[in-house]
Amino acid sequence: MSSRRSSRSRNIQSDSSETRITDDQISDLISKLQHLIPELHRRRSDKVSASKVLRETCNYIRSLHKEVGDLSERLALLLGSGEADSDQAAIIRSLLMY
Amino acid sequence: MDSNNFFHDLHADTSLESSRKKRRKIEAESHSSETEIKWKSESAQRIYAVKLVEALQRTSSQNAPPAPSEAAGGRVVRDVADRVLAMAAKGRTRWSRAILASRLRLTMLRRHRKVKKASGSASRPRKPLPTAAEDRKNRLPAVGNRVKILSRLVPGCKGIPVTNLLEEAGDYIAALQMQVRAMTALTEIISVSQGDRLGSSSSSQA
Repeated sequence: MSSRRSSRSRNIQSDSSETRITDDQISDLISKLQHLIPELHRRRSDKVSASKVLRETCNYIRSLHKEVGDLSERLALLLGSGEADSDQAAIIRSLLMY
Repeated sequence: MDSNNFFHDLHADTSLESSRKKRRKIEAESHSSETEIKWKSESAQRIYAVKLVEALQRTSSQNAPPAPSEAAGGRVVRDVADRVLAMAAKGRTRWSRAILASRLRLTMLRRHRKVKKASGSASRPRKPLPTAAEDRKNRLPAVGNRVKILSRLVPGCKGIPVTNLLEEAGDYIAALQMQVRAMTALTEIISVSQGDRLGSSSSSQA
């Protein structure tokens, strides 16, 4: 009895990296990931397995990386052609306004 | 009476633990909604786009005489975009700190290349492989491989416990989504403004 109480009090004082990881915590985080990923959010079923969420998460991050790379290439081309400083100021102004 | 006290203590302990669990869950939810708001708001996206343009202007003015080739230009833009994104996280997440730290390490390496070569490879200490105890912490039934792949995709998350990894991944995905939205809007604005400029100049010549 006393050992159980002391183990619980240890949980209060230790920081998050030391506490025992509960299934609840993990399923919470996985459902949060599920809501971020458009693929899984479309299905809207609660029965998506953790394994599927993780797999879709990895694929989604890879596709986002690729998209950022493609956008960077396009931006480099666009910025490489017209170089006037007035251009950039106009861009910033329109950015602030939209 | 003793038995009464015993049961009373037991009940108090379990209610305390359940309320603590609830509090932790509420904190986690508010924390997650905070991160969502942080990356989903339009103002954050606008601020990021402006800072990105400013940073790109700075780098192009630095490299002005030798204009970067088109292939290298994309990489430069990507590096700048990632750096500005990491700065927007304000050091609160592991992935953002890892991005900024790796930049710093790269510039240090470039500056002190000779010194580094002299001292050998002792400058970057290898992290020890996970022990059996840590393995139990990271273990998740039947998804261990996926967890490892995920930890390699999110920067700076190689040996951390699964809960931290999932938290970092969630924040990282939200940040990447904002990065894509901002850069898409930016390319559209720039191409439209350039189209206008080219269109008006050609019409004036005609």
